[in-house]
Amino acid sequence: MFKTPDGKEIFVIDGHTHFWDGSPENQANIHGKQFIDCFYAYHTNLSPEDQLWEKARFEKYSEDDVYRDLFIDGPDDMAIIQSTYLNDFYKNGFSSIERSSSMAKRHPERFIVNGSFDPRDGEKALEYIHYMKENFDIKGVKMYTAEWNGNSKGWALDDPAAYKCFELCEKLGIKNIHVHKGPTIIPLSKDAFDVHDVDHAATDFQGLNWIIEHCGLPRLDDFCWIATQETNVYGGLAVAMPFIHSRPRYFGEVIAELLWWIGEDKLLFGSDYAIWTPQWLVEKFWNYQIPEDISAERGGVQLTDDVKEKILGLNAAKLYNIDVDAKKAELAGSPVQIAAE
Amino acid sequence: MLVANLKAELETEVWECLDAVTDPELDEPITDMGFVERIEVTDARKVRVEFRLPTYWCSPNFAFLMAFGIRKEVTSIPWVVEAEVQLNDHCFGEKVNEGVNSGRAYHHIFAKYCDGARLDEVVDTFLAKAFDRRQETVLLGLQALGHDAEDIVSMSLGQLRCVVFSGEEELRQLPRYLDLLVAQGLASEPHDLAFPSWDGDEIAPHELRAHLAKLRGTRINMEFNGALCRGLARTRYKEVEIGPDGPTLIDFIEGRVPSREELAARG
Repeated sequence: MFKTPDGKEIFVIDGHTHFWDGSPENQANIHGKQFIDCFYAYHTNLSPEDQLWEKARFEKYSEDDVYRDLFIDGPDDMAIIQSTYLNDFYKNGFSSIERSSSMAKRHPERFIVNGSFDPRDGEKALEYIHYMKENFDIKGVKMYTAEWNGNSKGWALDDPAAYKCFELCEKLGIKNIHVHKGPTIIPLSKDAFDVHDVDHAATDFQGLNWIIEHCGLPRLDDFCWIATQETNVYGGLAVAMPFIHSRPRYFGEVIAELLWWIGEDKLLFGSDYAIWTPQWLVEKFWNYQIPEDISAERGGVQLTDDVKEKILGLNAAKLYNIDVDAKKAELAGSPVQIAAE
Repeated sequence: MLVANLKAELETEVWECLDAVTDPELDEPITDMGFVERIEVTDARKVRVEFRLPTYWCSPNFAFLMAFGIRKEVTSIPWVVEAEVQLNDHCFGEKVNEGVNSGRAYHHIFAKYCDGARLDEVVDTFLAKAFDRRQETVLLGLQALGHDAEDIVSMSLGQLRCVVFSGEEELRQLPRYLDLLVAQGLASEPHDLAFPSWDGDEIAPHELRAHLAKLRGTRINMEFNGALCRGLARTRYKEVEIGPDGPTLIDFIEGRVPSREELAARG
C-alpha cells in the first residue's frame, strides 16, 4: 500500500518481479556468470546510489529479503513473480516455478507466481504446461524469446510450435502471456529486437492477454503501433521505470508516447525486482509529472492521480481477476509482519 | 624515445580514424562510447585493435558491423600493412574475430547465419534511423532559432550551410547530417532541398509536425539503448586491467589510469 502525501491509499501490484538464484554455485558456465553480471550492471547504473546492493546479495537474495523489500520497505500489496529458466546457463534454472512457489507459500495472499515454457521443447513443453497448471494453478506465463536452447539462439511468438503451446494455454485458462523481448542473435540479418511476432500472436489469440515487458523498448514505436491495433496487448513498464531517476525528461517522453498511443488502461507498473526495488520507484512515480512541452506534443496527456492509480495496480488487478476492495480487506487482516530481531 | 613518440603518434592516428566507425544502433562513434579498449602499433606497419561492447549479450550483427568498420578504417591508413581486430568478452566473439580477420567480405562469411538474407538490410535500416536522428536535431535547432515550418521545409542546402547554430548538439550533428545527406544522394547542389525525408520525398509545411513526431519516435528508441549502453559500458570497463607493460594511450584517453594524487591517497 502506497500512502500519498495527502493520505490516500494506493493499491500496488508489482507486475514484474523475480526470485532468482544467479550465484556462482548455480551457474553452469560462463554464460550464467555473464547473465547475472549484466543484470547487476543494470542495477548499478540505473539505481540511486543509496539503493545499491552488494554483488553477492544481488546474485542470491533470501525469502526474507523479498518480503521486506517488496512489502515492508516497499509499497507493494501484491507481486507477480515471473519464472525464467535459462537451463543452458544455470544448473537448477535461474528462477524456477518450484523455488518461487515455495517462497510464495509463506504469504500466498501476496504473490502470483507465473510459469514459463520453451516451445522448442515440443511435446515436452505441452506436458510442462499441464504440470504447471495442475501443480501451481498458474494464471500466466513469462516468455523469453531470446533464450538459448542448444543450437537455437532464440525463437518467435508466431513459430508453429509456440502456437501449439498458446492453444493449450487458452484451453487451460492461462490467460496472461508476459513477453520479454531480449536481443535475438540469429538470423543476423534481422533486427534483433523485432516485435512484429507480437502482432501475429495477439491477432491469432484474441482470448489471451499479451503483456509486453519494457514496452518493446528499444522498439517503442513498433510496439505502440501494434498495441494500438490489438485490444489485447499491454505494456509492462519494467526497465522503463528507473529512467524516472536517471533521465526524468526522457522518462516523460516514453510515458507520453505510451499514454497517447495505448492509453492509461493498458500500462502495468513493474519494478523488475531485484534489479530495482519498488519503494523508490513508486515514490518517484507518484511525484512525477510529464514536462509540459512534452505533454503538449502528445495532445496534453498527463499522469494524473487516477492514471497513476491504474498503472500502479488497478490495470493488473483486472488482468488477474483481483477484486481490489476484497483484497484490501484481506490484507488489512494480515498486516506485514516484521520478524523479531 | 623517438621510437616511443612515433608509436604514440601512430596510435593516435589510428584512434582518430576510429571516430568514423559508429555503433549502427546508436549512431554514435565507438570512440565516444568508450568501446575501444586497446590499440597497438608494431613496427610502424601492423595494427591491432581490441574492442569490447557494453555487455556480453550485445547483438552480434552490430558487433560484426563494428568489427568490419574498424578493419575498413584502419586498413585505409596508408602506412598500415596488417590489421587485426579483436572483440573481447562477447557471446559470439570467436565467430566475429574469425570472420573479420579472414579478409573476406562479411556477407560471404555470415551468409549461413542470415537465412539467405543479407546483413546489408540491417545496415540500411539503421542508416535510416541515424538519418532521422541527425535530422531531428537540426530541425529542432532551426525551430529554436525561430524558423517557421514554411521556412524550414523550403530551406535549401546552401541556406542551411549558412545557418549559425550555437547549441552543442546541433553543432555536432549538423556536419554528420550533411555528410549522410550527400552520401545518400538526397541532396548535392546548393539549391537542393535541405530536408527531404529518408525516402527522398519533400515535406509539406503542414506535414512537418507529424514528420517531427516520427523522428522523435526514432530518437526515443535510440536513446534507450544509448543511455543503457553508456552506463553498462562504464561499469564494464572498470574491470579492464592495465596490461603488464603499463598503461597504453587508450588507458589514458579513457581515464583508466589513476592520477598520482589518487595513488598517493590509496597509500
